[in-house]
Amino acid sequence: MKYVDEYRDADLAKALAARIAAEAKPGVSYRFMEFCGGHTHAISRYGVEDLLPANVQMIHGPGCPVCVLPIGRINDAIKLAALPQVTLCTYADLMRVPAENGASLMKARAAGADIRMVYSTMDALRIAEAEPHREVVFLAIGFETTTPPTALAVKRAQALGLRNFFVFCNHVLTPAAMRAILDGANAETERLDGIVGPAHVSTVIGARPYEFVAEIYRTPIVISGFEPLDVMQSILMLTRQVNAGRREVENQYARAVSRDGNIKAQREMDEVFDLRDSFEWRGLGEVPKSALRLRGAYAKFDAERRFDIETVRARDNPACECGAILRGAKRPTDCKLFGSLCTPDTPMGSCMVSSEGSCAAHYAYGRFRDARRARAVEAVS
Amino acid sequence: MELLGDDMARVDLGGVSKAINIALVDDVAVGDFVVIHVGYALSRIDAEEAERTLALLRDAAAATEIGA
Repeated sequence: MKYVDEYRDADLAKALAARIAAEAKPGVSYRFMEFCGGHTHAISRYGVEDLLPANVQMIHGPGCPVCVLPIGRINDAIKLAALPQVTLCTYADLMRVPAENGASLMKARAAGADIRMVYSTMDALRIAEAEPHREVVFLAIGFETTTPPTALAVKRAQALGLRNFFVFCNHVLTPAAMRAILDGANAETERLDGIVGPAHVSTVIGARPYEFVAEIYRTPIVISGFEPLDVMQSILMLTRQVNAGRREVENQYARAVSRDGNIKAQREMDEVFDLRDSFEWRGLGEVPKSALRLRGAYAKFDAERRFDIETVRARDNPACECGAILRGAKRPTDCKLFGSLCTPDTPMGSCMVSSEGSCAAHYAYGRFRDARRARAVEAVS
Repeated sequence: MELLGDDMARVDLGGVSKAINIALVDDVAVGDFVVIHVGYALSRIDAEEAERTLALLRDAAAATEIGA
């Protein structure tokens, strides 16, 4: 596929890896966080970490929509789906996220709830149109990539005069989470020397909203495409910023991201949503001004109002390390449950569910590398 | 890409044909490449920028081969 295959070229990747190794100074450690789950997946899938010198380390960030949704909100969704008149529409990877007491949307559906997996908000709208006797709730999650599609669906429902379409809004904001990570970076998390910035999110919000990362937190950031060569080029750009003492917003993904982003998509979001004072994130806790809700003008589509949802905060499984992993403070293999009790078939925590989750990505690809390394160490000793 | 009207377009995803929504990107035309997320086009690929990025990649890679 054009604009994809050329960014997966193995020979170029090896040459780029050699460039990174040549420019990363011995004795200096470079700790870069890839914020976005799409990058986490790409780094694991293409073995990017294997190509990097030992002193360039990647830390997985919180940018996985399914992973950061707190248990309390999944409990809410399960309760909603249990209402006899409700059809709950959800993106597929939320189905298996564990809620309290081993519950999940998948189990709720097996028990008879009307839960349907959709690819797009347009599918949920079609269901609401086709089945006017059902109250169709779209379980909206995700960052600024999935938010404009939800906004368009709400406006379309308005235009169609639909009275049976509702949105349970859990949309969250990337810059707010980045700020929370950087605020914590001096305490629990070790120092971060740079951030690989999101690809698709940035097509919508542009490069401008990251300027605070460079200006206030004095941390380099490079917005990066999702292909392996994109990620490696971004790592090289971050390495060069560190070496030169520069702290800038750079844009490796210029073929799809501009400084101002997609103004049309931003307008749609602004028209339909406004800021919540605060929202709970799995791993990050309450983050001020980090999430969206439907504006008053669209209140009749707001599932929280229609069904009087009062979210009760719920505790994560105490043995599960998803929280610390989402903050970049721990790695998947630091969790006792990883790969034993917690696997993609039997996830105990959200990071093992979505393919963008750090644990799922490491289970699918990285664990073989771990085993190889362990064997190599044994052979030496 | 084939324009279907009503903000929809049929795109080719590496051999898979799919109808997507193009309401978020202005003036999408046949022959354009777009970034797609959950069934919506989010951005148009800028061919010149894509070529510039590849040229930078090749330069960095070549520098290693000569320098090494």
